[in-house]
Amino acid sequence: MEKRTDKNSYTIIFAIVMVLIVGSLLAYLASSLKPTITENQRLEKQQNILYAMGVNENEGTSANFVSTDNAPQLFEKFIKQQLVVTSDGQATENNEAYLIDVKKEQAKAKDGGVRQLPLFVGEDEKGKKYYIAPIRGKGLWDAIWAYVAMDENMVVQGAYFDHKGETPGLGANIKQRFFMDDFIGEHLMSNGSFKGINVAKGNADPKNNDKTDNEVDAIAGATITGDGVSAMIRSDLKLYVPYFKNLKQ
Amino acid sequence: MGLLSKKDAALIKDPLADNNPITIQVLGICSALAITAELEASIVMSISVLFVLGVGNVVISLMRNIIPSKIRIIVQLIVVATLVIIVDLVLKAFAYELSKTLSVFVGLIITNCIIMGRFEAFALGNGPWRSFLDGIGNALGYAVILIIVGFFRELLGSGTLLGIPVLGDPIEKTGLYAFGYENNGFMLLSPMALIVVGIIIWVQRSRNTALVED
Repeated sequence: MEKRTDKNSYTIIFAIVMVLIVGSLLAYLASSLKPTITENQRLEKQQNILYAMGVNENEGTSANFVSTDNAPQLFEKFIKQQLVVTSDGQATENNEAYLIDVKKEQAKAKDGGVRQLPLFVGEDEKGKKYYIAPIRGKGLWDAIWAYVAMDENMVVQGAYFDHKGETPGLGANIKQRFFMDDFIGEHLMSNGSFKGINVAKGNADPKNNDKTDNEVDAIAGATITGDGVSAMIRSDLKLYVPYFKNLKQ
Repeated sequence: MGLLSKKDAALIKDPLADNNPITIQVLGICSALAITAELEASIVMSISVLFVLGVGNVVISLMRNIIPSKIRIIVQLIVVATLVIIVDLVLKAFAYELSKTLSVFVGLIITNCIIMGRFEAFALGNGPWRSFLDGIGNALGYAVILIIVGFFRELLGSGTLLGIPVLGDPIEKTGLYAFGYENNGFMLLSPMALIVVGIIIWVQRSRNTALVED
C-alpha cells in the first residue's frame, strides 16, 4: 500500500506549507532585526573613518577600532565637515555624506549618471587636517573597500582596508595592520599628476622606507587581491584630484 | 550508569577517530581546504558547523515521519539554509564583529556535505536525542581535523597562531628566523591542506590497520 507521504498531493501541500513557514519566519526575523543591523553598520562606518585618520585603539601589532559606545561622540568631535565632491572639484556640505553608498554611486556613474563623492574632513587635537575618502573595488572573490585619509598634498596619512570574502591568511590580510600601516606617508601624486599606489610584488623595499616610489610591498600569495587594491586606489582616489587642486588655489 | 548509554556515547566518540567524517568518510573536504589557512577561521567554522549540524539533525529527526521522500533532499537543504541565515542575522544584530569574520563561511556551511550526509544517513531514521548526539559527534570530528590542519598551516605558513607571532619576527630576523628559517608560503595555498589531510589519514591508518581498505 502506498504510504500517505508518497502521494503527489501530500508532497505539494507539504512543500507549500514549509515554504510559507520558513518564509514568514525569516521575513519576521529579518525585519525585526533590521534596525539593529543598520545601526551596527552605521557605527562601523564611523569607526572605519576614525580609524583611517588615526583615532583608534591600536596596540602592539593588532588593529583595533575605538569602541562602539564611544564612536558617535568621537565622530562628532573629530569630523569637522562632511562633504560631497563633484568630478570638477566643487564641494558641498552634506551632514549625511557618510550614508552615501559608494557601490550605488559607482553603478550610477557606469550608467552615465553623476557620481557623488563623499569626503570627510577631520581635524586632530593638534589641529592637523585629514581628508578621508571611501573607495571600493574588486578583490579575488568579492568586494574590497577602504577609507583613505590624506593631507592636502594627497599624501596618505592612514588607511583602513576591508573585504567581503578574501582568502583567510592570504588576501584577507589586507585588513591586517602590517599591510595598512605601509600606506602611511605614501604619495599618491608624482610630479604633479596622479599616480596612485601600486601594491608591488618583488619590491626591493620590503620595509617600505621609500615613500615616494608610489609602491607598497604586496602580500605573498595574494596577487589578485593586491592588484584589486591598486586598481581601487587608482580609479576612485583619482576622482578627488580636482578637489585637492582647487584646495591649493 | 554514566550520563550516556554505551551506544549513545559511541555516537559522540566514533566520529572523533575511527569514523571521522573527513578522514574516513571523506566528506567536508572542500571547506577543510578553503578556510584552514588560519587557526581562528578553523575554530569559527567548527563552532558554526557544530550549531548547524546539532540543531539541523534534531529538526530533521522531528520531521522524519512527515517529510515526503520525493522531496527530502530539498527539505534538508531548506533546513540547513534557514539555520545558516538565522545564525547570520542574529550574529549581525548582536555580535557584529564576529558576523564579519563568519561571513566568508556562511556559503560553505550550506554546501558542507557532512551536514546533508548526516541528515540523510542518520537523522531521517533516528529519534531527536540520538540525532543530536550524532550531529554533535560528527561536528566535533570535523572540528578536530580542521583545527589540526589550521594549526599546522598557520604555524608553518605565517609563523603565527591565532594571529600571534610565535616563531619570531621574519623581517627583523628574530627567534627561529635568526637561524635561517623562512615561512613556507606553500602552506597557505589550498593544495597543502589536502596534503596535510593526507598525512593525517596516513598516520591514522598506520596506527589502526583495521581502517585500511583492501
